Amino acid sequence: MPPAVAVEGISKQYRIGQMQPAYGTLRDSLVHGVKRLRSGHLHEPAETIWALRDVSFEAQEGEVIGIIGPNGAGKSTLLKILTRITSPTEGRAEIRGRVGSLLEVGTGFHPELTGRENVFLNGSILGMTRGEIARNFDAIIEFSGVEKFIDTPVKRYSSGMFVRLAFSVAAHFEPEIMIVDEVLAVGDADFQRRSLGRMEDIGDSGRTVLFVSHNLQGILQLCDRTILLKDGRIERHGPTPDVVAYYEQETMGTGPELVWSDPATAPGNDLARLQSVRVVDEDGRTSGTLDVRRPVGIEIAFEVLREGWPIVPKVKLYDQHWAICFNAIDVSPRWHEPTPPGEYVATSWIPPNLLNEGRHQVDADVVTIASPKLIPHASVHQAVAFHVYDPAEGDSARGTFQGQWRGVVRPLLEWTCEER
Amino acid sequence: MTETQVKGPQAPDRQARRNNASASARSAHVTVIRPATNWPRLDLGELWRFKELLAIFIWRDLKVRYKQTVIGGVWAIFQPVFTALVYTLIFGKFAKFPSGNLPYPVFAFSGVLAWQYFNASLNVASGSLLGNVPLVTRVYFPRLLLPIAGVLTPLIDLMLALVVLVALIAWFHTWPGPAVVLAPFFILLALVTALGSSLILSALNVRYRDVQYVIPVFMQVLPFLSGVPYSLDGAPAKWQWLLSLNPITGVIAGWRWTVLDGPQPVPGQLAVSAGVALTLFVIGVAYFRRSEPRFADTI
Repeated sequence: MPPAVAVEGISKQYRIGQMQPAYGTLRDSLVHGVKRLRSGHLHEPAETIWALRDVSFEAQEGEVIGIIGPNGAGKSTLLKILTRITSPTEGRAEIRGRVGSLLEVGTGFHPELTGRENVFLNGSILGMTRGEIARNFDAIIEFSGVEKFIDTPVKRYSSGMFVRLAFSVAAHFEPEIMIVDEVLAVGDADFQRRSLGRMEDIGDSGRTVLFVSHNLQGILQLCDRTILLKDGRIERHGPTPDVVAYYEQETMGTGPELVWSDPATAPGNDLARLQSVRVVDEDGRTSGTLDVRRPVGIEIAFEVLREGWPIVPKVKLYDQHWAICFNAIDVSPRWHEPTPPGEYVATSWIPPNLLNEGRHQVDADVVTIASPKLIPHASVHQAVAFHVYDPAEGDSARGTFQGQWRGVVRPLLEWTCEER
Repeated sequence: MTETQVKGPQAPDRQARRNNASASARSAHVTVIRPATNWPRLDLGELWRFKELLAIFIWRDLKVRYKQTVIGGVWAIFQPVFTALVYTLIFGKFAKFPSGNLPYPVFAFSGVLAWQYFNASLNVASGSLLGNVPLVTRVYFPRLLLPIAGVLTPLIDLMLALVVLVALIAWFHTWPGPAVVLAPFFILLALVTALGSSLILSALNVRYRDVQYVIPVFMQVLPFLSGVPYSLDGAPAKWQWLLSLNPITGVIAGWRWTVLDGPQPVPGQLAVSAGVALTLFVIGVAYFRRSEPRFADTI
């Protein structure tokens, strides 16, 4: 089976001028031409940049592929090429099946036309046949919830009604290949919930999806594989959790592992010294992205240099809004006695279904408890970080709910319920 | 507050959507994306696949044009009638412009009809890319559809105004001869001329906004060079050959010949007009297709 999308060495070059105000006047061009003639340089080398450079990947039928990267990495350019809005400078791509794009919902909506007329107009522009629109018309109207105003010109719609109708049309388009750019960033919470749910449905229905987003949560939830673009090139391409972890470490500077190979520079004092801090999964592997339903281990390796004090490892966890989730120390009796010199590896296990989704930062310390004070011996702020994600398969604390879930923690509680 | 499930409208029936999906899967075809070439193909097959979208564009333009007007489509008749009236009063009664052996009002109105079709086509089609920037920068379709829709939409206005022409013909008893079957050919000539020039102008307009200011100036002079308010028959023969380089001269003369039984134009001059129109068309298509890959980047 040939891949649904095969991209081979796609590059796109822009003249700098094209990126700036996109048009000149005829006079500018004439003046410019005359200048060039007089100076004798007919082919003045234009300043150019490569928005995309040698990008290759394949998507099998039914795969959901995420595309992430900082602003200006070339994500939108790639989508514009794959949707044939602009053409590549080099390279080649083959796409099997109809391509639908959700680059912006409501493209082509005309304010003077009624909702009904715009459904047909927008549907055709997206690439639906008239038959398909007619077949889905009732479903589109019902999903949008604007039945009552369907024969009113859309210029009289509230912006919410407008977005709902526009999204509803796009949501009922059924191409084999769906290209989605950041639709989850618009609309209210309810709208975002529904679009995320809709994206999941699209993925489940065996369609091939290319999904560009800055919403790493959504990417982790939806995409099997992810491509990280940077400066127009593919920087990383692989399983989504790996790529997201790499990207977060790159952009935020903190990753799932911190090792001090030189004892001289390791944080600590004459009593104790840190060696490494790692975030590990239940199998002991270093991991920057962890499933919410699995335990998370924070491993602290440290060396005790001389006997005298009880030395206790401690972690402090922050969520993505820098709220402190908790502090934790090892309370086992072994730390009540002065700790003998030697190397120790302590791992604290955060139980499954406790943390909420998102990025978490960890401070790692080794301390001595001298109530009411904690005496730190070695302390590292933001030593490691990891990302908790929920594949939303229904068995986590969010059940089948898709939307935003607030809270510093998100425990899976036991509920009792009796009928009275 | 977002934790609670908001009760929204029901999601569309999943099974029904699956069925749709498998139906469209059968129509799957392979799209190959590669760099733009200097000599792109015309690709009529693709244009044909997009015929529904062309129809939708025409339908949209017609719908939008007379929204929030009281008399709607009647404006399509009012405009040429008013222009012909002004011509009749000023050029017919006052200046006594030559109209051959035809009554001036019907002579003027027929000319104005053909002229206004050309004028409207060129204006709409040459601005069609700039008028649809959101589409050009966000959705793929053959961009040729926009200027093509631009020259097809005014045909509807022409049809409406023909009713008035028939009434005038009946009033002045200037019934056409058998040549009337050739009348559509001259509208086609106007269409090809408008489309050819619009392809060039709309593509130029993407890069140089000057174009949109040049067109109205030019279009004010053109009726007088094309023999709309007066007959060019009296002009010396060598001038007539020169004037026939302007395809609209051929359109106006041929149109009057076929619908009013006016004097038959010189076949050689018609051939020159048609030749110029076709040349414009071929150059227009080539230039448009060649510029097309850059539209989204430069518009």
